[in-house]
Amino acid sequence: MSADTSQRARRGAGRRRLYQWLFVLPALLYLVAFFGYPLVRNVLMSFQEFTPTTYFTGESPFNGLENWRAVFDNPLLGDAFWQTILFTVGSLVGQFTIGLALAVFFSRRFHLSGVIRAVLLLPWLVPMVVSAVVWRRIMDEDHGVLNSFLELVGLSADGVPWLSSPSVALLSAILVNIWIGIPFNMVILYGGLQEIPKELYEAAALDGAGPWRTFRSVTLPMLRPVVTVVLVLGFMSTIKILDLILALTGGGPADSTQTLGTLTYQLSFMQLDFGQGAVVGNVLILISAVFALLYLRVNRSDVGRGR
Amino acid sequence: MKQLRQPRRETAAAGVRRWGNTALALLILAVMLFPVYWMVSTALQPHSSIASVDLIPTSPSFDNFRAALDTQGGSLVTSLVVALGAVVVCLALAAPAAYGLAQFGLRGGRGIVFGTLITQMVPGIVVANALYSAYAELGLVNSYLGLILADASLGLPFAIVLLRAFMVSIPSEVVEAAMVDGANRFTAFVRIVLPMSRNALITSGLFAFLFAWADFIFALTLNTTDDVKPVTLGIYQFIGAHVSDWGAVMATAVLSAIPAAILLVVAQKYIAAGIAGGSIK
Repeated sequence: MSADTSQRARRGAGRRRLYQWLFVLPALLYLVAFFGYPLVRNVLMSFQEFTPTTYFTGESPFNGLENWRAVFDNPLLGDAFWQTILFTVGSLVGQFTIGLALAVFFSRRFHLSGVIRAVLLLPWLVPMVVSAVVWRRIMDEDHGVLNSFLELVGLSADGVPWLSSPSVALLSAILVNIWIGIPFNMVILYGGLQEIPKELYEAAALDGAGPWRTFRSVTLPMLRPVVTVVLVLGFMSTIKILDLILALTGGGPADSTQTLGTLTYQLSFMQLDFGQGAVVGNVLILISAVFALLYLRVNRSDVGRGR
Repeated sequence: MKQLRQPRRETAAAGVRRWGNTALALLILAVMLFPVYWMVSTALQPHSSIASVDLIPTSPSFDNFRAALDTQGGSLVTSLVVALGAVVVCLALAAPAAYGLAQFGLRGGRGIVFGTLITQMVPGIVVANALYSAYAELGLVNSYLGLILADASLGLPFAIVLLRAFMVSIPSEVVEAAMVDGANRFTAFVRIVLPMSRNALITSGLFAFLFAWADFIFALTLNTTDDVKPVTLGIYQFIGAHVSDWGAVMATAVLSAIPAAILLVVAQKYIAAGIAGGSIK
């Protein structure tokens, strides 16, 4: 092969590579514009004075750590932090436990199981704002059907202040979010259960293992990868929830359901201090990133343990 | 004889147990779907003051739905336009990218797939925070295009992951055969790969639609006027003031839940496949 043709071949290969990249490039640019840029811009904005004046003057001068100082001096930040953690962990535990129980239950063979399983998806498919509005009506302290029901069965005579008391509202939001998340957990865990080889259960039965023992020694270990996926995805979607809380309680009463998400919204879009909103947004991202790193570590040691 | 009879008795017992399980499953369903029932039931009871809602609508009427359509009909159309637009943007970007990432063995391709997964961790409010100022400069606030582009971000990572998982299994010979016949890679992609990926495209399209239809954060933050007001925002504004007419609110809620209900009935297998496939692979 002469130098000329090999060069031409190389140029041909290069052109082919370029052509191949054209398939990926539009999506890549979009991802950079709608995810990469906001991440970078939020970091920059957190060091900028970005207030209503900005919209008149068009200027957003850098102001050092002023936004950070203001946000960290704001007692709401600590509350929002802990309430975010409580909301996320509480939701995950509830969704996962009930989702797993339902997945195990629906793994039995019985009539209509497929249809019922499908219809159970509805709460997850309905827009979250809509669910929140419906629950807001159901959980009304004086006229909600939930309190009417509790009264009817004699559980509580004078009405639980589901959304109107600072000490209950966060729990109520968690309960609603558990309701929303159950179908998702159920579907994925159900899929995982179907992949477990039947022989393992037969072997367990031969060894004389009871249902609980079988569940602990066969089902749970085999389900582990799926459990990790479900929990990670659940965490990712729960920690950033905003619509549910805004429509259910608006962050109240007395900021008792304020999370890092709602706080970002309030600072940026209600008080129009985008710089301070960006600070809280960055804190939220940081928490997610720490969690992502932990997940990667756990996963790597999983691989290291050898398969 | 004994051996013949025993299995049959077992089947009878199993049959009873199966119906018992079905009954329990129906009970679970009733509890889980009560809020949905309550939404429909309240919507069907006209002029229901906040205190008096019957458990079962004894004299159902569609007055609330008429009122809801009058006030929120435009929002429903807006939601439809925005969601369909987001589906188009999403699939137009995701399908070629997924194919490229699945079949070309591009350097850095794995990094892009990983990055795509990571984007799902970015909270919408953080994106909105930065987009708002960018949109203000670009004149995209209060525009359909702006909202469509933002809403497409809700389904795109999911669509790329799902389509890529599917397209990995397309044998490259199929495309190469078409290219021998004179098609270039892009026409081969359009004529061969896309039709083969029909189900995966439908699934990711459905989810892109649902995500965009349910969007609230971008609708709330990227619009300062009522020019572009999807139904999620309409409902939120409804409850912003003191609510006096829950019947109309619930009727709007029912209308906005209709796409989910339709998809559940018509496209059930795609939905289940989407939740499982898009998340695990």
